[in-house]
Amino acid sequence: MNIFFTVVWRDLRLAMRRKAEVLNSVFFFVVVAALFPLAIGPEPETLRHIGPGVLWVGALLATMLGLSRMFESDLRDGSLEHMLLSPHSLGLMVLGKITAHWLLCGVPLVILAPILGLQFDLSPQALSMLCLSLLLGTPVLSCVGAIGAALTLGVRGGGILISLLVLPLYVPVLVFGAGAVQALESGVGAQAHVSILLAMLLPALFFSPWACSVGLRIALE
Amino acid sequence: MAIRWFYYAAPQNFYALAGRLWPWLAALATALGVAGLWVGFALAPEDAQQGEGYRIIFVHVPVSWMSMVIYLAMAFWSILGLTFNTRLSGMMTRALAPTGAMFTFLSLWTGALWGKPMWGTWWVWDARLTSELILFFLYLGYIALTSAIDDVRRADRAGALIAIVGAINVPIIYFSVKWWNTLHQGASVSLTRSPSMAQLMLWGMLLMALSFWVYTLAIVTYRVRSLILERERHTVWVQALPEVSGAKK
Repeated sequence: MNIFFTVVWRDLRLAMRRKAEVLNSVFFFVVVAALFPLAIGPEPETLRHIGPGVLWVGALLATMLGLSRMFESDLRDGSLEHMLLSPHSLGLMVLGKITAHWLLCGVPLVILAPILGLQFDLSPQALSMLCLSLLLGTPVLSCVGAIGAALTLGVRGGGILISLLVLPLYVPVLVFGAGAVQALESGVGAQAHVSILLAMLLPALFFSPWACSVGLRIALE
Repeated sequence: MAIRWFYYAAPQNFYALAGRLWPWLAALATALGVAGLWVGFALAPEDAQQGEGYRIIFVHVPVSWMSMVIYLAMAFWSILGLTFNTRLSGMMTRALAPTGAMFTFLSLWTGALWGKPMWGTWWVWDARLTSELILFFLYLGYIALTSAIDDVRRADRAGALIAIVGAINVPIIYFSVKWWNTLHQGASVSLTRSPSMAQLMLWGMLLMALSFWVYTLAIVTYRVRSLILERERHTVWVQALPEVSGAKK
């Protein structure tokens, strides 16, 4: 378990040395969210309706920006090979990298989403539900995205390829994440959506590091 | 009589088998297709509610079946490839993908052609249509990934992993889209309420489905033969093949 925290801590410190990369994807999220009112029009009624969906799509794209960085620099400086050769469990190390990615790319979105949600005139209940759904949904995005990152490691045009591979797999998270807020707004209640998000998170946490390890071994054999 | 599975897992032996099989399969697919079209377009009666327009189901329903069956077949070969590490499984998956993508596209296309006169719209965000569209994206993702990796062995194994991950996701995607659809109540069209079908219509559809099955087998064996020739071109047995050594002279 120690190795897990070591990897998380290492990745966080590396990211802190290059703050711009982390801030870029957060900034991207803010810009994308600002584009929609400009394109669609400033009517509060419309904005309230599309807000949760827009913020969720923005979160999807923003977390994807960070994916290509996930293993790339480790591959270049050789530390990834050391991880594969080390006697520690590769799955735990990969889980550490996924956690670090989530802390850097997912958590800032969860914190920012309510502020951006205010621009879309969302009610306080909707804002807190948006936060909760992002809190449960973004780790799934990191888990599933990591598989794509492992498979496209060092491949020509890897960045755009990741989006082709990963975005279709993100559909269920998007449906239930944005759906949770809309269900709450329409008075249906979001409990079922939250339960399903949680039900997607647990198997993703369990299987994704394993699938990632297989992917990394394929990439580096 | 036991079939020698592992004997035919070797590309050299499969190449010869596929060479003998594919012309027969192609002929059978054509015969079944002609029979199916004849039953569907000449013999089957006109539909009471939908008129002549319904006849597109003789193509639409079988291609939709095939689009799903082929993805399952890809996942099957991928699991086999990752566990037994056989070279042929990777080639099978690679050969299946373009055909699967084509059937998925045809399914969407014929569905739109049917939807316009029947529902008055080319596209509705119905659960089935949406998940078929996402299935199409999954095929494209697989093809994009395998064609971006130059090393054949790595491309096969990476493709196998993404095919398996995709196959696990297909039911989740289907149910999530279905849930999303009922929440929004967008389309008021029910695809599941199918009227009882005349005997001849069913026969036409079954013949077409069989024809597409056999067509898939034929085109995949043919494509695998090409892949074997391409990948094993340095081996002695490929060089000794009459079609290879003959072409050089």
